[in-house]
Amino acid sequence: MLLSILQYQFIQNAIIASIFASIVCGIIGVIIVEKKLVMMSGGIAHTSYGGVGLGYFLGFEPIIGAFLISMLAALGICFIKRRGGTRSDVVIGLFWSLGMALGILFIALMPGYPPDLSSYLFGSILSVTRADLYLMAGVTLIVVLVISILFHYWKAYMFDEEFAYLLGIKTAWLEYLLFILIAMSVVVLIRVVGIILVLALFTAPPAIAERLTKSLKLRMIFSVMIGSVFCLMGLFASYIINIASGAVIVILAASVYLMVYIVTSVKKSMRIKKSC
Amino acid sequence: MNALNHTDHNKAVCIENLMVKYNETPVISGVSLNVESGDYLGIIGPNGGGKTTLLKAIIGLIPYASGNITVYGKKPGKLGRLISYVPQMTTLERTFPITVSEVVLTGTLNAAFKPFHQYTKSDKEKADELLHTVGIYKLKERMISELSGGEFQKMLIARALAVNPKLMLLDEPTASVDANARDQIFSLLNELNRHMTIILVTHDLSAVSSHVKTLACLNGKLVYHGVTELNEAVVNALYGCPIDLIAHGVPHRVLKMHEESE
Repeated sequence: MLLSILQYQFIQNAIIASIFASIVCGIIGVIIVEKKLVMMSGGIAHTSYGGVGLGYFLGFEPIIGAFLISMLAALGICFIKRRGGTRSDVVIGLFWSLGMALGILFIALMPGYPPDLSSYLFGSILSVTRADLYLMAGVTLIVVLVISILFHYWKAYMFDEEFAYLLGIKTAWLEYLLFILIAMSVVVLIRVVGIILVLALFTAPPAIAERLTKSLKLRMIFSVMIGSVFCLMGLFASYIINIASGAVIVILAASVYLMVYIVTSVKKSMRIKKSC
Repeated sequence: MNALNHTDHNKAVCIENLMVKYNETPVISGVSLNVESGDYLGIIGPNGGGKTTLLKAIIGLIPYASGNITVYGKKPGKLGRLISYVPQMTTLERTFPITVSEVVLTGTLNAAFKPFHQYTKSDKEKADELLHTVGIYKLKERMISELSGGEFQKMLIARALAVNPKLMLLDEPTASVDANARDQIFSLLNELNRHMTIILVTHDLSAVSSHVKTLACLNGKLVYHGVTELNEAVVNALYGCPIDLIAHGVPHRVLKMHEESE
């Protein structure tokens, strides 16, 4: 049965898409989790909904709209973050809702029947097209290259941004670049888990990997592998029981994280008791 | 050396009438301070007195509202590898997945991005040597989450030294450090002061009296700058109330004997 479904073109596309999604979420997710940018990434992801709406409204590919708007949101959020101030979380919250509101507005203004948006909101891995795959492949390649080309600089920036600045490393440039990479990753993940569920795939694999290894590079590699397992299992579940892929993947990711968390916590407390 | 450098070639830091604001509120104002090359300056003052702010302004990490700062004749932010920094330990993530030796190696990174940068053999030898200098070579493969407070501070000092600076700024390098490691850090700093200028922010008043050469007291303004002997008027201005506690039980008195205490 397994082999026979592998012959379908849409299943092949979905598998490739899962792998791309796992690669970007593994690499970028580890950075987001370590740099505590989870909420900002959520802001970028949700703002991209405005782009989906814009695409439908003006009649171009919605995913391109999501790409452009999430890019703008990333630059805006990075700018606000760098300016500091106590109100940056408020502004990010506003970005978050405003993006979604604009999406709804554009769709309402669009002539004709409103399209089914649930595939953008919750992911629809089985409907990934060839064009989607090309976009995802391009973005994944860029993310992998940018991170590995500057790996030591990223590490220095992540551990101690101020010291990196003191060395003369262009930390502002790195930070904007990181936010652009986050925006790109969001676009890859939208097709797989959807806008609303992106955060789970950004956070769960790195959080599980964090408990398995202490090296940054291995943490990224483990995250990619864990993410692939989630995405592929989610894909097959979604094929068999016909539920949005995002929902299955997120439920899987969250429950595995919870299990790992409980097991490691119990182990830890047992160690503490033993040493007492 | 250009003419500007030449006029104050023996000044490590020149600060004139400096004001730094945070959200429109001045944190420090009217600070003028010269640090001679080869000096070992201790900066003390209450929390919120602007000690860290002053260090960051010297490095160029935060902009200043008015006044002027030069470090060996150059502006902050354009200092290259003249200056290095040991930040407050609490500002760093101690669970970050990185080894001791990797942290020290980051100090050898250059400003210009080099694609697929790998640390060279000489970078690694330098890091090893510095880890020997600060006395934690045997921990070089450890993750930083496994270090004690003192070991962590020593690692940060090694990283700062990897820059090869002429001037080193340290922000409370003995906070959350046990007494033994504290003594080791101070004797290390004394050693380093032979060939570099040091500015040390500290709460450790006994250290100030026994190690540093000059003292600055900062509480929004520069209350005192000079030799390392405080008088009561300065301490009152600094902490707002007479503190004689700080002279108790330490080998070197910070305060002279009070007249009343005769």
